[in-house]
Parts: sequence; structure tokens; C-alpha cells
Amino acid sequence: MLRLFAVVAACFVPAGTSLAQSTPAAFTNARIITITGDTIDGGTLVVHDGEIVAVGDGVVVPSDADVYDAAGLTIMPGLVDTHSHIGGIGAADGSGPIQPGVRVFDSINPRSSGFKRALAGGLTTLNIMPGSGHLSSGQTVYAKLRWAEGPPTSVDDIAVRDDSGAMMGGLKMANGTNSIRTGGANGFPGTRGKSAYLVRERFLKAQEYRDAIERAGDDVSKLPARDLGLEALVEVMSGARIVHHHTHRADDIMTVLRLADEFGFRVVLHHVSEAWVVADEIAAYEGVDGPDGEPWGAPCSIILIDSPGGKLEAASLILETGGVLEKAGAQVAIHTDDWITDSRLFLRYAALAVRAGMSREAALRALTIEGARMLDMSDRVGSLEVGKDADFVLLSGDPLALDTRVLQTWVEGELAFDLSDEDDRLYAEGGLGAAHDIQPYFCCYDHLIQGSGH
Amino acid sequence: MRFLTTIPCAIIGAALVLSTASAQVAVLGERVHTVTGPIIENGVVLIDSDGVIEAVGSAAQVAVPDGYAVFEAAVVTPGLIDGRSTVGLTGMLNGEDQTHDQDMLERSSPIQPELSAVDAYNPLEPLVAYLRSFGITTVHTGHAPGELISGRTAIMKTTGTTVREALVRADVAVAATLDPRALKSGAKAPGTRGKAVAMLRQQLIKAHEYQGKIDAAEDDKPVARDLRLEALTGVLAGEHALLLTVDRAQDIDSALRLADEFGFELWLDSCAEGPLVADRIAAAGVPVFLHPAMARPWGEMRNASMRSAAVLADAGVTVSMQSGYEGYVPKVRVVLFEAAIYASRGFGRERALEALPITPARLLGVDDRVGSIEVGKDGDLALYDGDPFEYTSHCVGVFIEGELVSSDPR
Repeated sequence: MLRLFAVVAACFVPAGTSLAQSTPAAFTNARIITITGDTIDGGTLVVHDGEIVAVGDGVVVPSDADVYDAAGLTIMPGLVDTHSHIGGIGAADGSGPIQPGVRVFDSINPRSSGFKRALAGGLTTLNIMPGSGHLSSGQTVYAKLRWAEGPPTSVDDIAVRDDSGAMMGGLKMANGTNSIRTGGANGFPGTRGKSAYLVRERFLKAQEYRDAIERAGDDVSKLPARDLGLEALVEVMSGARIVHHHTHRADDIMTVLRLADEFGFRVVLHHVSEAWVVADEIAAYEGVDGPDGEPWGAPCSIILIDSPGGKLEAASLILETGGVLEKAGAQVAIHTDDWITDSRLFLRYAALAVRAGMSREAALRALTIEGARMLDMSDRVGSLEVGKDADFVLLSGDPLALDTRVLQTWVEGELAFDLSDEDDRLYAEGGLGAAHDIQPYFCCYDHLIQGSGH
Repeated sequence: MRFLTTIPCAIIGAALVLSTASAQVAVLGERVHTVTGPIIENGVVLIDSDGVIEAVGSAAQVAVPDGYAVFEAAVVTPGLIDGRSTVGLTGMLNGEDQTHDQDMLERSSPIQPELSAVDAYNPLEPLVAYLRSFGITTVHTGHAPGELISGRTAIMKTTGTTVREALVRADVAVAATLDPRALKSGAKAPGTRGKAVAMLRQQLIKAHEYQGKIDAAEDDKPVARDLRLEALTGVLAGEHALLLTVDRAQDIDSALRLADEFGFELWLDSCAEGPLVADRIAAAGVPVFLHPAMARPWGEMRNASMRSAAVLADAGVTVSMQSGYEGYVPKVRVVLFEAAIYASRGFGRERALEALPITPARLLGVDDRVGSIEVGKDGDLALYDGDPFEYTSHCVGVFIEGELVSSDPR
């Protein structure tokens, strides 16, 4: 099995290292919110070759460093968005409800201005996801916004790769009303029971596929014909690929956890409008072990929307969910679901969570390290620690304050967004030309938005 | 004063909004924004048993009489006004047809000014209570953009169990749309911008002729009533404004041209490209109900800017905040949140706080009752535990006509 994937991975050259500068850069006198350690007043952050080399209040600035006086400014890690649809994407089509072999990666337009807007919001790491109109709409891709030299010429340059060079990403799945909206046409389910059945049936096939490969051993002639969709599900069952699961209603959430138990996959619960109903169950769920040997649990990536509704399964969405989950002891990240909420205002959604009862500390973690963990990237991003990627934002003030602006966004030691640059400011604030190539991505609601009937 | 019955809140379980009955109320604010007058530090607002503001001043000037129920907050503002919404016609669901709670757009004909928001507004819609909990006490609501003429708007208080109780004023404006949101595909009209303008002109001319017939008719031979044309004669007579949804600069221009030709009172709605023609709008003396700052910038709104309120106001345009309408979540935006974004991008707190209550109140012709904290006006107040615009502040109490209609911190 591993052999099959290694062939795929070897086709790519790890990207991103070429951007890192050879001169260290030091940011001094800043308020530094490290997330995983203490917040430092009057601190210094030193980055070099795309990594953080020092952070603290007694840091000696290297003599050859470019020094930026950040007095009065706040520095925090680049924001991690566990659920975004930017990039003009389209993965699974209408031909079937379960298409785990399709990769969203192959549909991304790196020139989409959505990426510039995300940088304007302080985002540096994204999980780009296909939609929720399918039980599985395909493979997601974890991306870094390496925009220092402008939009990358190839989407290869934004993919995050693991130590073996393999592209990192999860698998998008969904239950609830989106995938049953056709009422059973084109092989799609018409009910929740059928939805779960179809998923279960496909996972059983993947188990058979996995077992056949194991039985074949070194005998290539006995290998089953390759099936990209089943391969992805095998990766899911092995723990290599995380399931990012759209789910709203409390009973749908519990269905996801039941399937995760049944097939032993790691899952992140996304949106979870009614998580506040089953917060204790979510917090108590252990599931399979994560990469650190501890129970992976049922991490929640939540969305905050200014008013509830849009559909029945989300009618009980409340701004209090983050605080309720935090108090129950669950892991909580916040996502944009861009185009549902605006990446430029990602910090605002953490502030709304605080408004509705989440602790300030947990809300800031929910924008950074918690999301990083949900993407298996907590060793690289999500906090300001020596050895991690030099992904950070310079803020004009407190991250949760209305008047605070993202002044600069740095990705792997390179300046990728600068509010003082006229073009960048246009993407941050809007205006003539700011969104010329944006295509909205509303999954299954585009026909409602456009009002064209169906 | 109306007695507020309990309204089930579907947001969190079945929390009940309790009435203060008809007690006289004293609201003490560390900072009272009267909006039309100076900010009062340590202010007192007294509301009489009819729900009308009877005294406003500093604690040194206004003593709290015995028997008044006393409420305290860090910041007190007038009840906020949403200048243009579809709430109450738009419900929180998103059905693919109008059979559930989506009554904001009638698709059977492109021109239907005969439809009244009064006949479609649901005062028990959970989103109404939701907005109220953030301090919004009055909404100018009605049919959504999306047809050439979609209906007539109305002003409602965000309270009451029946439309009769909620209604402040009916037939405020005729809502119309002059851009591709109102265009049809195939052989249906209007299919182009030019045709849309032509159809609008034709209808207004018809209405003019209809009025002429009525004026010339003998008493014993009355002209047969035509509800569609009656609504438009009201526009021509200045009884109600034409609320025209436009975003592109060229469509704003068309709207101004039409207003010149027919002499009606024009209110521009949305106006994403308003900043490009701000001087022309200002010169025409036409107010703008500006799109929500966080509206998605795509399609007709692709050039929307979070600085638009500042740019328009700086050019001399009268700007009202509004929550607007989009086809997907948030189904109804919270106008307080939208104003905050503009406030922090050049518009400023002071102008934003005017554009929330008093500017729409004046434009809508209800500033004798709402929009500021003044003696004789309705006892509609919003109480906050800090800067009302700050993300992490809470609305801690809402009064409508002296009734405490929301008290859970939001």
C-alpha cells in the first residue's frame, strides 16, 4: 500500500523553501502573542530561512539582521483556516454522491483574488475544501499562501507537503440535508438513513480493497486494480488522511462519530451548529489515537454567522457554541467557510465567539494552534515557537478589537501582504477592481443566490 | 401602552421575553448618546407609563422619581433603526420555494407594486427577535430586490404578536430593482438593462395617465380601480418614495435620470459603486441606504468597499445604514455589526451612530417618534456594556415604548 502512494508522492518537488530569505529579520519592541507560551510585551521575533529562530524579551538581535521596530504593534501567528472554499474551485461533480478520488487541488486557480483577501485577513494556512453537496466531494488540500512574489504560477507552489514530499490534505465528507436535497436522484441519497448506508457500503469496499492489497503482499499480479477513490478511503482508515466532516444537527454529529468508530478514522467535525446540544458527548469522545499516541477525540471546527438559519439544519446555530464547547472540554477551532464568511474578517469571528462566552485565550487558539492540530500541522504552524515556520501577522492593536488592522502578513519569512501597499490595500478594503475574478462558491446554494430557480 | 405578550424565542430553547408591564422606567447610563444632542455623561432617561420619553438629562438635572423601575448600563443609545431590510418577510429558513418562510420575493410578474409588506410581515419570525436582542427596535422592511418592482415597504417595531401591533407606517416606499438581479432569461422581459428602464418608464407614464383619468372623471362615472397603478400614482404624487436597488455606477446614473424625468422622490438602495459617482448623487440630493459593509463583493457588488460610507458622506451624500438582503446566510444581517465595520473604516463612531437611528428616521419620516433620545419620542432604548460597535461589547437591554423586550446580554 505504501508503495503505491510513494510513487505518486515522488512526482512532486517540495516547494516553498526557495522563497526564504538569507538575511535574518528581527521585529523588536512588539507585543508578541505566542499562543502556546506567554504573551510578551516589548518582545523580539527573529526569523531566518523561513523559520522562527528566536522569540522572547531577552533576544539578542543578530548583527546582520534587518531590524523592524514594531513598537506599539502586536505580532501573532499566521491564522489557520481549517475550512475555506476560495480559489475558484470545483471538485466532485453531479455524477455520484461519493467521489473521494477527486482532488480539489486540481481545480484551484492560484490567481484568484480570494487568496489576496485571505492574506489581508492574516491567513497563512488554509484547508481548501470541496463542497458539502456530496457525502464525499473529494480530497482537500492544505495550502500555504506563499504570495511574496505575487500569485504562484502553479498551484504546486501552495500545497503543503509532509517530510516525504507528499501533498497534505484531508477528505471532505458531509451529512445532513445538503446531500439529500435531490431527494434520491443520480444515485444520491434521499434520506439520512440512506446517506449513512451509502457511506458504510463504500467503506466496506475500501476495507476489502485494503485487505486484498495486504493479501497480495509482494505478488504484484494479485494486486487489485487501482481505485483512486478507495485508495483515499484506505488512507482515511489508516489514519493518514483526516476526514473533514460537514455536519450540523446533533443527531448528524452523532452519526459521524458512530461511523468514525466503525471504520476507525480520525475526524474533524465542521460547522456543528448544534454541537452545543451534544457538547459533553463530543468532549468525551476518544476515537482512535492521533499521531502523538493520545486519543484524537472529536475536534470541532466551528463557524460563526451573524444570524442563524439559511436552512433548517442550521437554524439552531448560535454564537455561544465556541464557549459551550470550550467549557465542556472539547477542542475548538474557528473557520471562515469563505464564501460564507469573509476571510478578511477572520479575527472578527473569534471576537464574536468571545462576545458569546468563549475565553479570549481559547478564541485566539481557535484561530491558530487548534486549527493547525486539526490539519496535522501543529509542529510547523499555529504558534510562535523556535523552529516553526515564520508565518505571522503584524497587527495595529489587539487582535479582537474593531479598529485593529492586519498591517502585514508574513509567510515562511517573506512579506506576502502589506496594507501600506496600494494594491494590497484594495484587496483588504474593497473598491473598484478588488474582486474582478472572484467566483462565489456556495456549494449547493448557488441557484438560490442567483435566483434562477434550479 | 401596548402590553407585550410573551414571545417564544427559537434561538435558544424557549427563553421568554418578560414584560415590565406598564411601569414607569428610569434608565441610567454612564454615557447616554441622545444622537441629536450632546452625549450626556451619567445621564438619566425617564419613560412615562405611556411608553414616551418624559425627561432626559444628567443625573444632576434629572432626579429619578419614586416608583420608577431603574435600569443601569454603561452606554445607552436610541433604539437602532435598520434602514432597509427584508426581515419578517424573509425567515431564517432557505426553502427553495415560498411555502415555508421566504415571502420576500414574488416571482409571478416583474412589476407588482400592489404587494404590501404589511400583508407579508411575520412579527413572530425568530429573526425579528434576534435583531431586537442587539438593540434594533425599528425596521424598514419589505420585498427584496430581485424584480423590477417587488412591492411596497413598511416600518415596523421589532415587537408585537400581530402586524397591527408592530406597524409604525405602511406604504413607505415602492421597492424596485434596476440591475441584472431583476433581469430574466430567455424570452421573458425585462431581459436587458435598457428594457428594464423602458418598462419602468412605461409603468410610470401609465400611472400618470391613470391619475389624469381619475382627475377628469365625472362623479357618477368613477374610473375602475387599478391597485398596481394606484401604488405608482402614490410615487408620482410624492406619497411614497421609489426605493431603487442599484449597484453599478451606470445604473445609479439611470436611477438619477428617471428621478429627473418623473420628479419622484428617489432613495438609492445598496449603491456598491456609489463612491464612483458620489458627487452626482450628492448634487441630486438623493439619500443612499448603503449596502451592508460585509455584503459579499461579487456580481453587481463586486466593487463594494468597506470605506463607502466614509467616501459618500465626505462627498455630502446622506447615508443610512441597512442590513440589506442576500440569498444565503446570514439571511438577515445585524445592522449594528455592519455599521461597526463602516465606523472603523473612515466613517467614524459619531457618524455611524447617526446613520443608525436618526438618519433613517428622518428619511423615513418617523423622526417625530424614533431615532433619538428626546422628550416626547417613543421610549425605545438600547443598553450596552461598552462601545456599542466593539465586537466584544454586549447589548444588555432593549426597551420598546418603555417595555423591556430583551435583557439577556447579547
